[in-house]
Amino acid sequence: MEYTFSLEFIYLIASVTYILGLKMLGHPETARKGNLIAAGGMSIAIFGTIFLYQGEVPQIVYTLIAIAIVIGTITGWVVAKKVDMTKMPELVSLFNGMGGASAALIGLIEFHHNIGDQLSILTIIAGMIIGSVSFSGSMIAWAKLNGSMKKPVRLPKYNIINNLFLIGLLAAATYIVMSGTDSQLYLYLLFFAALLYGILFVLPIGGADMPVVISLLNSFTGLAAAFGGFLYGNMVMLTGGILVGSAGTILTLAMCKAMNRPLANVIFGAFGDSGAAGGDDSEIKGSIKEASPSDVAILMNYSQKIIIVPGYGLAVAQAQHIIHELEQLLISKGIDVKYAIHPVAGRMPGHMNVLLAETNVDYDKLVEMEDINPEFQSTDVVFVVGANDVVNPAAHNNPASPIYGMPILDVENAKHIIVNKRSMKPGYAGIENELFYNQKTSMLFGDAKDALTKLVNELKNM
Amino acid sequence: MTELIDFISNNLQMIYIVILMIFVGVEVIGHVPAVLHTPLMSGANAIHGVVIIGAILVMLGADPENKLALSLGFVAVLLGTLNVVGGFVVTDRMLEMFKKKK
Repeated sequence: MEYTFSLEFIYLIASVTYILGLKMLGHPETARKGNLIAAGGMSIAIFGTIFLYQGEVPQIVYTLIAIAIVIGTITGWVVAKKVDMTKMPELVSLFNGMGGASAALIGLIEFHHNIGDQLSILTIIAGMIIGSVSFSGSMIAWAKLNGSMKKPVRLPKYNIINNLFLIGLLAAATYIVMSGTDSQLYLYLLFFAALLYGILFVLPIGGADMPVVISLLNSFTGLAAAFGGFLYGNMVMLTGGILVGSAGTILTLAMCKAMNRPLANVIFGAFGDSGAAGGDDSEIKGSIKEASPSDVAILMNYSQKIIIVPGYGLAVAQAQHIIHELEQLLISKGIDVKYAIHPVAGRMPGHMNVLLAETNVDYDKLVEMEDINPEFQSTDVVFVVGANDVVNPAAHNNPASPIYGMPILDVENAKHIIVNKRSMKPGYAGIENELFYNQKTSMLFGDAKDALTKLVNELKNM
Repeated sequence: MTELIDFISNNLQMIYIVILMIFVGVEVIGHVPAVLHTPLMSGANAIHGVVIIGAILVMLGADPENKLALSLGFVAVLLGTLNVVGGFVVTDRMLEMFKKKK
């Protein structure tokens, strides 16, 4: 495909904005501007493509493009603006799926234009498969995150089935490329098989690992876009796609590192499998101590230093505002209050920071794991709100546990531990937490928002 | 073998770009604090929406008689737009919250 010089030049500028944008997204002060710069680059690339296109285009096509862009813009904008901050991760997954689907559709349409040109067919098939996997995988991840699909579904021997399926898929793709077939039937069969693989790929992975999966699928979509760039000799698709593919891979690995789990472990699932076995032999002894909101209020009232450990339960209950109120109240009583943020607290790295920042919690009060861990020893009360696996001591002392080796917040070093949970149900990893049976631990049962509201009221009356 | 050499010499420019971009991607993400992982993922998510350009090119080059291609292209442009607009707006919303600290 031929591009005019002006369009090539616009693509060049757009490519630079992507690099600059991503770079600036990496620093808290410049992040917002970086995002806007990349968005600006994207806009000029899109409009340049439409208006500087070489060739006769019937009016109807322009109209259709305009309608699609208007509908997409309004819908995307409204959804992105309206959705709750707690639902952010699934939204990213949803948008990622849209991109994947777009790449897959391009492949479906372009296939028969390029029969006979083996290299083009190769890029088309590759882009289509990756895009399809990314789409259906993202949809499953989305369903899992918004709670419509709670438990990981595992067919017996799912690893073998999945791998055989993948091999079959690749073999079929190779056949289509090598044979030079013009069969639309084969193409659509391959398309559906790729969609099915995306489902099989994500289905067995547990909800706690979804951020890693989304990040991985994100880089997949980048790759699919890059294949489109190859096909059209389109530089901006190529640079944007490869950039996201490579940055997404690094981000995926960084997330895995934060959880201390190798990527292969996430994909081929060790969570749960060994957990079932590990759960039996480590029967936890001890009893649960329950505390009322007024007990907790008294304890907090006479403390000097309190550390709050927020988790996903806080996000689900929408309790981020009330926890901020609690924090302010305690500070007004002269108590030192901090938040301990585990790297994977919430459903995505940084998710908790976003939620708390929304309520105006002072940035300096959010302390990352390595910095806060030494402080627990001198802490009077640790208040764990809706967090579970990230404070489970099994990660330190039970080699049979599926989360063994994951860095955790050492809350058990504090003098008192208050845990707010809805019930004794295990966390996302599906394992028991001996912290709850610790002599220093008291359980404050109830929905985070209700329990915190009661607690705040008790404290106000003191 | 000759095919491979042909392929490389015909696409040398693109191969350069791919290799260099891989390194740029790695470098750019290199030392980002965990706090920014989510916005960063979301921003990268918006950038791969660049696939919409492919979808637009499909539409522009499509035969107006080919209803199937036009409808699939229409859906592809629509989904691509969702990816781009939704992605950037959501990222902006996340980052807006970081800024509010005084």
